Amino acid sequence: MMDTPFNAVVPMLCVVFAALAVMMAEAFRGRDEQMALGGLGIVGLVGAAVSSMLLWNRNASSFGVIVADNFGLFVTMTLVIVGVLTIMFSSVVVRRDGLPAGEYYALVLFAVVGMIMMATANDLLVIFIALEILSLAVYVLTGIRRDDPRATEAAFKYFLLGAFSSAFFLYGIAFTYGVSGSTRLDRIGAFLAAQSMSDSPLILVAIGMLLVGFAFKISAVPFHMWTPDAYEGAPAVVTGFMSTGVKAAAFAAFTRVFLSAFEPFSVDWAPMIWILAVATMILGTVVGVAQTNVKRMLAYSSIAHGGYLLVGLIAANDVGKAAILFYLLAYAVTNVAAFGVIALLGTRDAANDELRDFSGLWHGRPALAALMTVCLLSLGGLPPTAGFIGKWYIFSAAVSAGYYGLAIIGVLTSVVSVFFYLRVVVMMYMEERDPGLAAPAHVGGVGMVALVASIVVIFYLGVLPTRVLDLAAESISTIF
Amino acid sequence: MGLQAYLTLAAIVFCIGLFGVITRRNTISILLGIELMLNSVNINLVAFSRFSGDVTGMVFAVFTICITVTEAALGLAIVILLFRVRRTVTADQLDLLKG
Amino acid sequence: MNGWLGLVIMIVLAVGYAGVMIGLSLLLGPKNPTPEKLAPYECGMPAVGDARERHSVKFYLVAMIFLLFDIEIAFLYPWAVALRDLGWAGFVQLVTFFLILSVGYVYVWRKGVLDWGPAARVRHPAERKAA
Repeated sequence: MMDTPFNAVVPMLCVVFAALAVMMAEAFRGRDEQMALGGLGIVGLVGAAVSSMLLWNRNASSFGVIVADNFGLFVTMTLVIVGVLTIMFSSVVVRRDGLPAGEYYALVLFAVVGMIMMATANDLLVIFIALEILSLAVYVLTGIRRDDPRATEAAFKYFLLGAFSSAFFLYGIAFTYGVSGSTRLDRIGAFLAAQSMSDSPLILVAIGMLLVGFAFKISAVPFHMWTPDAYEGAPAVVTGFMSTGVKAAAFAAFTRVFLSAFEPFSVDWAPMIWILAVATMILGTVVGVAQTNVKRMLAYSSIAHGGYLLVGLIAANDVGKAAILFYLLAYAVTNVAAFGVIALLGTRDAANDELRDFSGLWHGRPALAALMTVCLLSLGGLPPTAGFIGKWYIFSAAVSAGYYGLAIIGVLTSVVSVFFYLRVVVMMYMEERDPGLAAPAHVGGVGMVALVASIVVIFYLGVLPTRVLDLAAESISTIF
Repeated sequence: MGLQAYLTLAAIVFCIGLFGVITRRNTISILLGIELMLNSVNINLVAFSRFSGDVTGMVFAVFTICITVTEAALGLAIVILLFRVRRTVTADQLDLLKG
Repeated sequence: MNGWLGLVIMIVLAVGYAGVMIGLSLLLGPKNPTPEKLAPYECGMPAVGDARERHSVKFYLVAMIFLLFDIEIAFLYPWAVALRDLGWAGFVQLVTFFLILSVGYVYVWRKGVLDWGPAARVRHPAERKAA
């Protein structure tokens, strides 16, 4: 590949062009004409994946604000996987529920563009724009079922708290800019390294505001209020997309901002994140136990997983940083697949996402029940799945950095969380199918292919993690 | 007038917006509060830019204006949709999702 | 004082152009007034009446789309000021920006958002082409 200033944005451009093509195709489509719009999206995402591989180890940078370093590219690959799986699950759901296909796929692709941009941005302004690109698309996706009052309400609540948190985030950026005179992360880092705490109390205000903004996006307690409502109300396949993609992108930016620009002040912010992490792990697990709706339960589980990722961020050693990347990948694949199963079980008129809807699933749809079991075990962190290796590395990073308390709380909450994951498994295998319930829906080709593919990835990451862990370790060596 | 004055003004506007978001029950008023919060940041950005002689802040403000407008348009669209489905624009009555 | 001369010329031109246009249309245009045509806003809501009357949601849709496309003009002003410094690179970037924006416009147009009146709702662009 030639060295031009545009190299680092090529993965994004592939997805942008795919999204624009989908929009145009939809605009000039005949009334009853069927088009493989999802396939168009997958082509764009594959283009992004290929260009990311070509950019690996090259440290390309575009205009100083987008850097395609290995860290960003690793997250980009994770996001591409999330995007492809989401489109595959969606193709079943869009047809079944009669969703507007052109709008749906274009929005998914634009959200992926925002996520990739956020993961590779090296400038607070670009991070903010990326955050808004992905958020605006996801707000609309949440309410894409316009006839469903719950989806509309979820979209509104998500929008309200998202915009609210953007204001805090923006305020923090403005103060950071005011103090350091730049929005570029490397320059901010260089400026702050020459400062001491007493010089600028203003910078602590800035860090606090940015922390609140990020905490909202990764749904850390006490900024998680929107998460259960938005996740429950949105269509299951969208929930899978936003609980993984948005979280991965936000975490990538969070890690980059706090471990490169604000690194000199880590003594000040580490205790704040410590409290967030502990509260997030405990509340996500404890409240999750009490849920009877599987989507809502997985929402609390995803809050708890955000807590584990924060542990890696606090540890801030090389193991911790690599563990964040590995955990994001493992969590993303698992969670998309789990929500994919829920999405495939739903019908046009009923979401079928209550716990009792899963009763006796093993007898009706053994394949689906088995796949769901693997996802749940991986989320619970049981070997030999991806979730186990992810948790293992996160907690060993915490121990090696001397945060024994965090590691103990993490392990304890993981053990408790296994309880509610297993509750679904027990429901599927032990219980008889509730006679009042309709037979579970039949699951067609593309959705099943996506599910099997994600299960293969989960086992691959769980049994042979060395290759990916090496890549993750390689990714963090180029920055920080 | 010094930088301090502008920062204070921005902080006051931000707090008014925050107060509106927290206390108002009408969804349109909540949207207004969020707009106030977002736009107070523009005062900060332009003031910092003016007093440091660096144009980045002003460029940032142009982007912020655009983004807040798109956000407002989307917010209003969601409120209209909400009204069509639920026949209400009062935030308290949005209680289908709980637990 | 000389710096303001350009502005004065600009104002004279603007006022003159507007005056000539209105004058020409008064002189040349056909005149058959109806009550609708004499209303302050020929297209749109009735200007006089109950303020709490319900309006078609179409008005809000068009207003929002106007807002979105209008605000993008904010990016044109800084570019116009720095036109010479940015050169062709800046021009190409701005054209790219507007091409992407026009994709959005074409989408809105083909989706029939800009079609006005009750007939537009049931008719799809493809059918209209066939008709």
